[in-house]
Amino acid sequence: MGHGYSYLLNGHVWRFLSLAELMAKASPARSGDRLAGVMAESAEERVVAQMRLAEVPLKAFLSEALIPYEADEVTRLILDSHDAQAFQPIAHLTVGDFRNWLLSDEATPELLEAVSPGLTPEMVAAVSKLMRNQDLILVARKRRVTTAFRNTIGLPGHFSTRLQPNHPTDDLTGIASSILDGLLYGSGDAVIGINPATDNVAQTKKLLHMVDAIIREYDIPTQSCVLTHVTNTLEAIEQGAPVDLVFQSIGGTEATNRSFGFDLKTLAEAQSAALSLNRGTVGNNVMYFETGQGSSLSADAHHGLDQQTCEARAYGVARHFNPLLVNTVVGFIGPEYLFDGKEITRAGLEDHFCGKLLGVPMGCDICYTNHAEADQNDMDNLLTLLGVAGCNFIMGIPGSDDIMLNYQTTSFHDALYLRRALNLLPAPEFADWLERMQIFDNVAEHRLANALPPGFHEPLRRIGRENSHE
Amino acid sequence: MSKHDKPAVVANPWRTLGQFTDARIGLGRAGVSLPTSKLLEFQLAHARARDAVHFPLQVDRLINDLGQEPAIAALGQPICLQSRAADRLTYLQRPDLGRQLCPSSQSDLAQNSADGQPADLSIALVDGLSPTAVQQHAAPFLATLLPVLRDATTLKHWRLAPLALVEQGRVAIGDEIGASLNARVMVVIIGERPGLSAPDSLGVYLTYEPKVGKHDAQRNCLSNIRPRGLDFHQASQKLAYLLSEADQMATSGVALKDRTETADALDTHHNASAKHTNFLVPGS
Repeated sequence: MGHGYSYLLNGHVWRFLSLAELMAKASPARSGDRLAGVMAESAEERVVAQMRLAEVPLKAFLSEALIPYEADEVTRLILDSHDAQAFQPIAHLTVGDFRNWLLSDEATPELLEAVSPGLTPEMVAAVSKLMRNQDLILVARKRRVTTAFRNTIGLPGHFSTRLQPNHPTDDLTGIASSILDGLLYGSGDAVIGINPATDNVAQTKKLLHMVDAIIREYDIPTQSCVLTHVTNTLEAIEQGAPVDLVFQSIGGTEATNRSFGFDLKTLAEAQSAALSLNRGTVGNNVMYFETGQGSSLSADAHHGLDQQTCEARAYGVARHFNPLLVNTVVGFIGPEYLFDGKEITRAGLEDHFCGKLLGVPMGCDICYTNHAEADQNDMDNLLTLLGVAGCNFIMGIPGSDDIMLNYQTTSFHDALYLRRALNLLPAPEFADWLERMQIFDNVAEHRLANALPPGFHEPLRRIGRENSHE
Repeated sequence: MSKHDKPAVVANPWRTLGQFTDARIGLGRAGVSLPTSKLLEFQLAHARARDAVHFPLQVDRLINDLGQEPAIAALGQPICLQSRAADRLTYLQRPDLGRQLCPSSQSDLAQNSADGQPADLSIALVDGLSPTAVQQHAAPFLATLLPVLRDATTLKHWRLAPLALVEQGRVAIGDEIGASLNARVMVVIIGERPGLSAPDSLGVYLTYEPKVGKHDAQRNCLSNIRPRGLDFHQASQKLAYLLSEADQMATSGVALKDRTETADALDTHHNASAKHTNFLVPGS
């Protein structure tokens, strides 16, 4: 390590001390890299870094670890699980050649899938830094990643949503109201996933039982998840709770994950515990991960890397555990990491691209906070771009307003907009259910029923009666 | 009704469930899109939240408001301080600068604490991400809080440092202030990141033995303080309890949190009402 990289341009020699520095300086501008002090010092330096990065052989990433092998279990996972055979068709390429190859007609969906195990997160991050938004979209679109549990997610022409019925006090009636609203707008095929306000094992079990009862009562081909710490879910499984998916927020360095309170062994344990329950009907992808650029810097665990490279390494972690869903929570972290709509958009497209190339079933929490320079129009743009790129799923919440986490993400209406605009269907098993329940008149034509579906008259009468007794 | 009179908006009969949650459910639809009225309601909420982030704290007006409250006026003239973040855009992108006092504020503070008298408690009002929350609620909250502290048996003899007002500040800036004022406990009252439904929430952060470099795990927090959230009296009671516990255990943060959360959980359990049911499944 540390021989440095130089580039001669118009008689001036530009120097970059390491591959990590070259990667960071080649990254499109964003506030988190400025905060970390790793960003290019001028617009010109950024492009020179990209020119130098384009000349780096892909092979270099196998010998020059950005975080030392001895110091980081994520580096060890990435290098130990690298498939040299799968890498063979592209082993001779530089990063710049790799961009051309990815865009070429030669790189068919089948070939992209075949080389996935030969790609490291760093290779994928590097090439993304040379790509325009349209490149990120076009290549990702070719790389479908399909997963399954009680339905099938990620098929071409399909697009799913996580129904996110959060409530600030975990009030069961409040949560049930948001679930009903979501189902009646056709949301929830990726998962019905609750962020608990009270984060402990007892509460996790209570919410798991609640959603499980709803899924069984209405025979919904979907899965549930309570987004609590992996160790809480493990305990819940031991205590017999109906766990479909194990959730965990993950990062791209060992130290980030330690700050989240787990290591790779914990994830393996949790995965095997969930698999042992054997609750999937059409597949056995049992993990749900969330990521987001900036988490490593936020945990002071970035080792001088840029935030997008750290993020790609998180997908290196994710793919090892065959997740059903991975989503990048792109605008949640705040403007000190992604300042405005432009930076959020770019990050969302990069994350989706990197995850997909690595074989990860990428979704995106297309979101922003009120102190970011972003608004609903920025979210509409990113939503549309990700729809074109073939994103597996997005969030769905009532009216874009998460009243528990206090941020704005995509609404039930937003998902229907995208389905109509791009002619995308829900997971096939879920689409059948929507018609069977008379929630939609016609799913293929994206036409909701105008009348209240008959299966939901009784619960509304029930809540009305309970309430009138007060 | 003729075909042409058919309204373009499809209403949702389940919108009545809105009485059980603040979530924006049952909005109805025009095609599959938001009806105009719901679209504009959202835009208004977002506009208010944006204004809450960007309207600067009017310090003179706040000092005047604070002076109207005898309990606050008794603390003397507030000390006005600024962080190293020179403006709002810098503040939003550089949280590290918002955690440090600018050099001139450092010397102002040093002059104020020149008598070297240790204090039990220092309170700072910090604009944070919602100067609007501080502008509107800091004076009435303090006017409620100070008498509650004085009535608490364990706290009534506490010596209070002069009140600090901070512009472009983050929570951790209290560490530098508390250390400089030689305070045993630091309380930062700060404008929280505005949500759509509440652009005006205050947060309170308590740190025992404040000094630069304290971690978030060493603090205790009360959140969502506003008239329609955790109201000023409830928040004052909770803070007085936390202060007594911190005093007794000579610490703040995780150790304290576990004790108070157990108390909270018991409280919630007793208040659980029969209404909290999953009505989607019979008998649950």
